Amino acid sequence: MKKIRSNVQKRRLQGVIIISLLSSLSFLYFGLLKPGKDVTTFGFVLNNEWVIIKEWIIASQTGARIFSAISLVASALAIFAYKKERTIVFPVAIASFGILMSFLTWIASGKFIPFTGLLQGGLLLSIPLIFGSMSGLVCERSGVINIAIEGQLLASAFVSGVVASVTQQAWWGLLAAPFAGAAISYLLATFAIKFSVDQVILGFVINVLVIGLTDFLYKKLLIPHQNTWNSPPTFEVIPIPILSKIPVLGPIFFTQSIVVYLMFAIVAGVTFALYKTKWGLRTRAVGEHPTAADTVGIDVNKLRFRNVMIAGFIAGVGGAFYTVGSVGAFGKEMTAGAGFIALAALIFGKWSPIGALFAALLFGFATNLQSTLSIIGVAIPSEFMLMVPYIATIIAVTGLVGRVRAPAADGIPYSRGGSH
Amino acid sequence: MSLELKGITKTFGSFTANDSIDLKVETGQIHAILGENGAGKSTLMNIVYGLLKADSGEILIDGKKVEISEPSDALNVGIGMVHQHFMLIPVFTVAENIMLGHEKSNKFRVLDLDQARAAIRTISEDFGLQVDPDAIVETLPVGIQQKVEIIKALIYEAKVLILDEPTAVLTPQETDELLNTMRDLKSKGTSIIFITHKLREVRAVADQITIIRRGKVIGAVSPSTSEAELASMMVGRAVDLAPAKYQHETGGPILEVKNLTVRDALGTSIVKGVNFHVNSGEVLAVAGVQGNGQSELARALINLEEHIEGSILLDGKEIRGSSIKQSLHAGIAFIPESRELDGVIGSFSIAENLILDLHGQAPYSKGLNLSAKVVHSEAEKRVTEFDIRTQSIMDSVSTLSGGNKQKVVIARELSRPIKVLVASQPTRGLDVGSIEFVHERILAQRDAGRGVILFSTELDEVMALADRIAVMYRGEILDIVGSNVTREELGLLMAGITSAKAGAK
Amino acid sequence: MKKVISRIAQSIKLPGLSFLMAFTITGIIIALSDEKVMNKIGSPIEFLKSAGASVGNAYLALFQGSIYDNRLIKGNIFEGFYPFFETIVTATPLILTGLSVALAFKSGLFNIGAQGQFIFGAIGASYVGFRFDLPVGIHIIAAATAGMFLAAIWGGIVGFLKARTGAHEVILTIMMNYIAGYFILWLLKTKTFLRPGRIDPIAPEVLDSAKLPLLAGENFRIHAGIFIALAAALFVWWLLTKTTIGYKFRAVGANSQAARTAGISVPFVITATMMICGALAGLGGAVHVLGSEHSLNADVAGSLGFDAITVALLGRAQPLGTVFAALLFGALHTGGRMMQSNTGVPLDIVVVTQGLIVLFIAAPVFVRYIFRLKKLNTSAALTSKGWNG
Repeated sequence: MKKIRSNVQKRRLQGVIIISLLSSLSFLYFGLLKPGKDVTTFGFVLNNEWVIIKEWIIASQTGARIFSAISLVASALAIFAYKKERTIVFPVAIASFGILMSFLTWIASGKFIPFTGLLQGGLLLSIPLIFGSMSGLVCERSGVINIAIEGQLLASAFVSGVVASVTQQAWWGLLAAPFAGAAISYLLATFAIKFSVDQVILGFVINVLVIGLTDFLYKKLLIPHQNTWNSPPTFEVIPIPILSKIPVLGPIFFTQSIVVYLMFAIVAGVTFALYKTKWGLRTRAVGEHPTAADTVGIDVNKLRFRNVMIAGFIAGVGGAFYTVGSVGAFGKEMTAGAGFIALAALIFGKWSPIGALFAALLFGFATNLQSTLSIIGVAIPSEFMLMVPYIATIIAVTGLVGRVRAPAADGIPYSRGGSH
Repeated sequence: MSLELKGITKTFGSFTANDSIDLKVETGQIHAILGENGAGKSTLMNIVYGLLKADSGEILIDGKKVEISEPSDALNVGIGMVHQHFMLIPVFTVAENIMLGHEKSNKFRVLDLDQARAAIRTISEDFGLQVDPDAIVETLPVGIQQKVEIIKALIYEAKVLILDEPTAVLTPQETDELLNTMRDLKSKGTSIIFITHKLREVRAVADQITIIRRGKVIGAVSPSTSEAELASMMVGRAVDLAPAKYQHETGGPILEVKNLTVRDALGTSIVKGVNFHVNSGEVLAVAGVQGNGQSELARALINLEEHIEGSILLDGKEIRGSSIKQSLHAGIAFIPESRELDGVIGSFSIAENLILDLHGQAPYSKGLNLSAKVVHSEAEKRVTEFDIRTQSIMDSVSTLSGGNKQKVVIARELSRPIKVLVASQPTRGLDVGSIEFVHERILAQRDAGRGVILFSTELDEVMALADRIAVMYRGEILDIVGSNVTREELGLLMAGITSAKAGAK
Repeated sequence: MKKVISRIAQSIKLPGLSFLMAFTITGIIIALSDEKVMNKIGSPIEFLKSAGASVGNAYLALFQGSIYDNRLIKGNIFEGFYPFFETIVTATPLILTGLSVALAFKSGLFNIGAQGQFIFGAIGASYVGFRFDLPVGIHIIAAATAGMFLAAIWGGIVGFLKARTGAHEVILTIMMNYIAGYFILWLLKTKTFLRPGRIDPIAPEVLDSAKLPLLAGENFRIHAGIFIALAAALFVWWLLTKTTIGYKFRAVGANSQAARTAGISVPFVITATMMICGALAGLGGAVHVLGSEHSLNADVAGSLGFDAITVALLGRAQPLGTVFAALLFGALHTGGRMMQSNTGVPLDIVVVTQGLIVLFIAAPVFVRYIFRLKKLNTSAALTSKGWNG
C-alpha cells in the first residue's frame, strides 16, 4: 500500500525539497554559472565598539560558494532530520541563512555591505511591527480580533508627536502615546464587546476613521503651525555601558533609544504573563472557550475589555516610536500599513509572542535589506525589492504556516444563553 | 445542604421554557429531573447555576433565600455543575483546567501548578477518580474528561452537584461506574441533581424523581414507578419507544466497505481499516461511545473527509475518491450529525434549503438559471409530505424547531433517487414526537429496499431499529452482531472487550 | 398603505439616524478645529454662533460642490447641476469596486483587495487603449475586457491560494494591494508604459477610439461609464438571485460547512467569487481610465479600493444599496473638494464622516442604545468570518 503522509509531514517534505532546491540553485547560479567577478566587502563596525574584524573582504565567487556549501550541508541535515521525523527548523534556518549570505556576496560583488548596520536597521524597522503584533496578541488571545492595529499606531504616533512638540519633551510624547492607543482600543472594545459589531469590519472602519482624522488634523493644524504642533524632540540613544561595546551585538541591541529597550521589556513581559500568570491563564481560557471560563466565575467580557485596553497601551508605545522614537515630526499616514504587517506577523508567528517577534524581525530585516541594496546600487529595480516583505508574507501565510489555528473563540462576541 | 426552587419562570420571547417550577432537593439525596429533550431541564439548571436569569421565582439554600446571578455566586454557596457540553478548555492540561477561576500563585505571581496537582491527587484518591493532572484535555477520552469535570466541581467543595445528561457520552459500563460514583458522593453528604431522559438510570440511582414536560412540573414520583408510567408522564401520552420489529425482505449487499482508513489532518488514523457491508432492505447500526471514529466513518462514506484510504463500493461501483457531489448523486442520502452546522443553512429559507444538493439539476435549474417557480412548488410538496410545521416555505430555517429542521434535512435527502441512507445521530436532541417520525422514515427506507446505515450512540435506538449491529471502538469495528444481542454484550463491546477477550479473562 | 409607509420608515431609520450622528460629530470636529470659532470660546453665544456659521458654510459648500450650485448657471438651469454630474463621475468607479466587495461579502469573503484589482484593470485597459488602434466600440470593449481579465487573474490568485491553503483572504488581499502598488510604479518606468518625453510616472493617453463617450457634451465630464456600472449592478443582482452559481455563492457565504456537506465545492466558490470580484473591480479601473482619466498614472486608484469597502458596508452588500452608497460617498468626495477650496476645511474630513456612517450602520445596537429605541430593523447587519471561518 502506498505510504500516506500527514499534512504536517507533507509540509515538512515540501519545506525540505524547496530548501534543497534553493541551496543547489544558489550554488549553481551564484557560485558556478554567473559568479561575481569582484570582491565583496562586509563591514562589521558601526560605532565605537571593540574591533575584532573591521571588514571582511572576500572574492564574490568564493564567498558565494562557501555559503552555498554551508546551505547544502544544512539541507542534507534537514533531509536527514525529515527521515528521522525530527524537527527541521534548525537545519532549514541555517540553510536559509547560507542562501541569503550567498546571495549577498554575489549581488554585492565589488561593493560594500555594512553588515552590522543592515541588522541594526532591520531591528529598528521592526520595532513598531513588534509593538503592533503584541497588541494584536493580547487582544486575540482573549478572543477579540484586532485589525485596528494600524489605527492604534497612527493615532498614537500623531498624539505623541503633538504632545512632544507642545511640551518640547520627548518624555511627555512617550507618556501620552499609550493613552492615544488606548482611546482607539476603547472604541474597538466598546463596539466589539458591548455592541457585538463584527470585529473585522469594525477594525477596518476604525482604521478609516483614524486615517481620516489624522489627515484632517495634519492639514488643518500641523502643516500651518509646524513649529508649535509638529516639531517634537526625539529620544537620545542610550548606549548600555560595556554591553554596547560588544562587536555586532552591541550596536544592534545595546545602543538604542528607550523605546527599543521598552520593546524588549514588553515582549518578555507579555510572554511571561501569558504563560505563567493567572491573568495569562484566564486570557487564554476566554480566547479558547469563553463559556467554560464563565462557568468558573470569570467575567469574560470584562477581561476581554481590559485586554483590548492593555493592547492599546502597548500599540501606543509602538506609535511613539514613529515620532519621538525616530524621525520626530509626524507625517501623513506615516505608519504606511505597518499595522497590517504586524497582524501578518502575529498570524505567521502562530499567535505566540516569540513567534510574532521573529516574524516581525524577519519583515523588518527584509525591508531593510531592500533599502540597503538600493543604496549600494544593485541592479534589481527597487520596486521589486519593496515587494519582498509582502510576497514573503503571502508565502508565509500560505506555504510555511499553512492552516494555523487561531484561538478558538477569536472574533466571536460572548453573551450568555446565546442558545437555550 | 438542601436546595429549593420556588416558582421559577423563564421565557425566551414568546416561548416559556420554565413555567413556575417548584422543586426541593434534600440533603444527601440524588434527585433526578426527568424530561425529554426541550422540556426545559437545562434552562432550569442554568438558572440555578447563575448562567441564566429567571424572570421570577426564588432559590433557597437550607431554607434561606439566596441571590444567584453569576456562576461565581453559585460556586460560593456550594453549587457545582457538570455541563452536558463539557466546560473544559481543550488545549489546557487537566491541572490548568481545574485551577482556572481560583488560581493560586506564588510570591513571584507565577501560577502554582504543583498546588493544583496536589489538590487533584487528593480528590482523585478520596473519590476514586483517577486522572493525570498534566494530560492535555483534548487528548483524553470523554469518560475521563467527565471525571475532570466532576473533580473540578468537587474542588470547589460543591455540596449540591448538578449533573446535566452525564451518561450521554458513556458506555453502559462507564455509566454504571458513574452511578456508583454518584452513590459514593451521596454517602459523603453531597446532594446531587441528576438531569436525564433515560428511564433505567433514574430508576437505578434516584431517591426522588421530578418530571418536567414543556417547562412545567408534571409530578414527583418515587423510583419504584414503572418505566412505562415514567415514559407516559414524560411525553404526555403512552409511548412505545421500541417500534415493533417485523419480518422484512433483505437483499444482497448494496454498499461494501473494505479496509477503510480515515486520517485527520495530522495523519493520525481515526478509522482503522474497517470492513463491513450493508444489504438492501436492511438497517445496519454502528454503535459505540462517542468519539470512537463513527462520525469520521459516516463522513467518509460520502467523501467528506480529506484523507481516506481503502474502498467504498456502492452497488459494485467504487466511489472512494469521488467528489462529495458525485457520492451523493451516485445514490447516497446523508443525514449529518450536526443539523445546525452541516445540515441546514440557518439564514436560508426552507425552500432554498430543500435544494441544497439539487439546485444544479432539472427541474430546479436549466443551465445557469434557477427556476424559483419549481423550487417553490416542490418545496410546498415536501412541506406537506414531511409534515414540516411552518407558516411559509419562505421562512428562514433558523426560525424552526430542532425537529422541524431535521425534517427539512430528511425531506431533502430522501426526495431524490437513493440506494443507501447514511444517518449520523439522526435523533440527537429531538423530542419524542420527532424521534418517532425519524424512526418511521428510516424504517420506511428499509422497507423500500434501500440499505440504511444508522450511526447512533443511543443504545435503545440501536437495539430498536437495527437488523445487525457493528460496534466501533478506537477506530475499529470490533464485531458485527445480530439484533438479538443483549445490552450487556453490547456494553462490553463498546468498552473494547470482545467475547474472545472476555472469555480469556 | 399605512403599513407600507411604516415599513419604509422602519427600514430607513437606521441609515437616517446613522447619517444624523455622523454629520453631527463631523460638524463638531469642523467647528472645534476652526480658529475663528475657538477664539470666541470666552462668550458662549458668540461661540455657538460662529460655530454654526463655520459648520453651515462647510456643509453648504459640500452641497454646492456635489449636487447643485446656482452660481454656475450661465445659460440654462442644467449647468447648475454640473456638480451632480461630477458626483456621478466620481461614483462610477466606486459603484464597480463597491460591487466587487459586496459580492465577496455574499460568499463570506472580505475582499480588501479591490484596490489592487482596480490597478490591474486600469493597467490592462490603458495598455490596450494606447497601444492598439482599433475601431470605435470594439476598442472600448477590447480595452475593458483586457482590464477585467488581468484583474480577474489578480483576484483569482487570492481565491486560489485561500481555497488551496486556507490562508486568510484579508491578509492575502492586503499584501496583494501593496504588490500591485509597487508593480504599477515599476511599470510606469518601463519603455512600454512611460509616455515619451515624460519622466514622471504617467502612461500615454488612450486613443480617442478607446474613450468612453461623453453623455452631456464637452463641458461636462459625465461619460457612459455610469451605464456600465449600473449594468454591472444589475448583473450582480441577477447572478446572486437568479442563478445556480449565485445560489452556491450565497450558500457558502451563509454556512460553508453545510454547503460542503451538500456537495457544493467550496474551493470552486472561493476561486470563482474572487475572480468575478476581481473582474468587477478591474472593470472599475478600466472605466476610470477610459472614461475620466484617459491615461494611467501611479495614483490612478487613489483610495478607491478602500472607499469601496465602506460603500459595500453601507449598501449592506446589496447591489442597489451599493449603487446608492457609492453615489452618496461620491457626493461627499466631490463636495469635499469644494469645501476644501472654499472654506479651508480639509477634504479628509469626509473620510471621517464616511467612517462614522459605516461604523453606526454596522452597530445597530449602538444606535438603538443612543436613541433609546425599542425596535430597529437590524436584519442584515453584515458579518465577516473570524480567522478560523
